[in-house]
Amino acid sequence: MHYHAPTELAEVAALLASAKGQGRVMAGGTDLLARFASGMPRPDMLVDIKQVTELMVIEQHDNGSFTVGAGVSGAVIGEHAALCRVWPGVTEAMELIGSVQIQGRASLGGNLCNASPAADSVPALITAGAHCRILGGQGERQVPVADVIQSPGKTCLASDEFIVSFYLPPRPARSADAYLRLIPRSEMDIAVAGAAVNVTLDNEGVVVAASVALGAVSAVPFAVPGAAELLMGSRMEDDLMAQFKTVVSSSCRPINDKRGTIDYRNHVAGVLAVRAARIAGERAAWKEKA
Amino acid sequence: MKQHICTSINGEITEFLCDSSATLLQVLRDNLQLTGTKEGCGSGDCGACSVMFNDRLVCSCLVLAVEAQNSRIDTIEGMATGDKLHPLQQSFLEHAALQCGICTPGFLVAAKALLDTNPSPTETEVRFWIAGNLCRCTGYDSIVRAILDAAEKMRHAETGVAP
Repeated sequence: MHYHAPTELAEVAALLASAKGQGRVMAGGTDLLARFASGMPRPDMLVDIKQVTELMVIEQHDNGSFTVGAGVSGAVIGEHAALCRVWPGVTEAMELIGSVQIQGRASLGGNLCNASPAADSVPALITAGAHCRILGGQGERQVPVADVIQSPGKTCLASDEFIVSFYLPPRPARSADAYLRLIPRSEMDIAVAGAAVNVTLDNEGVVVAASVALGAVSAVPFAVPGAAELLMGSRMEDDLMAQFKTVVSSSCRPINDKRGTIDYRNHVAGVLAVRAARIAGERAAWKEKA
Repeated sequence: MKQHICTSINGEITEFLCDSSATLLQVLRDNLQLTGTKEGCGSGDCGACSVMFNDRLVCSCLVLAVEAQNSRIDTIEGMATGDKLHPLQQSFLEHAALQCGICTPGFLVAAKALLDTNPSPTETEVRFWIAGNLCRCTGYDSIVRAILDAAEKMRHAETGVAP
């Protein structure tokens, strides 16, 4: 296995192209090295992207949008006060992954490219409307996070492509997001179900924009537009939220496995989505007062 | 092909040769004989191999040794000052916060990383912080007490007031 740690974007692209499909990108390595340890064959070439500045910085732009480098670790994301204030759901989702030790290395780009059905940051990035800047031999393209994971372990990236950064769009006033997951322990486990909700309220507290996405209850994390539509024009009244929960639960297509049964996951996804929606709503309202 | 790596370990410039697939843990233990850092699971779940890598707490089993080029690594071997134990090490002894000892270096490195950023953590903060370190012997209670007690003693040492 040849290890490279290039410092320029163009070098990363050139190295991956030269590997002819036998190259792997490494950011924090928390998934990749654990797989090597469990016997996965090592690639011919490993391209460590952590020396490339564009992949390692968080930038806030004048219009309020953010660019987050694909290699930025959970620890750095959690320490970025402005990002945590504007995107509390995205940042709390990333910070839920693993231990302090894992947080020091695990990256946002790695969590997406590992393409786990249960990737915690992905539902939150989907509800945020985040886009990836993808670079490769054929040039550059922008892809919504929602379209990146195609099946467990498989992304839309060609073998010579890599994610440079995530773009989080500007936010209207009174907007906030939230992510919740259920694990059997209080730390260090993989989600049985996860739910992200992103809302914008008007100055009367009525929902004027909403998005909902789920993790660990399908082959890939996915958005639930039907549930988001229900929230529109509401104040998340109790009877509406009962209906919302039903729509969320019925959108799930989970499997039975050691972490939970289909029925349990359907139920829990609904419960988590209701709670996440209420937290997002409270945060959005609270932001107005702040 | 072996790669030549130059890095700082516990404040000393250190050079070694390694395969690109070797983990930092393997090089610390097998090449450099810094065997205080332990291997538990080898997959980032147990925290026994915790070290500081460029001032971040990490599992050295999930770091490639080649990544250490021009880096700063701090291991358990750098924790005591000569014969004088770090207050956390002394506290682990006084609270009998270990039995077999395999997890202890990892707990100490992790606990020091906590107290370096948060000198007065709550019990809840301590428990969440050490969630990435597993101990099969103690049931954690004595470890949590040892960390909280060391934190208190270190705060008093800082202010010069006896506890």
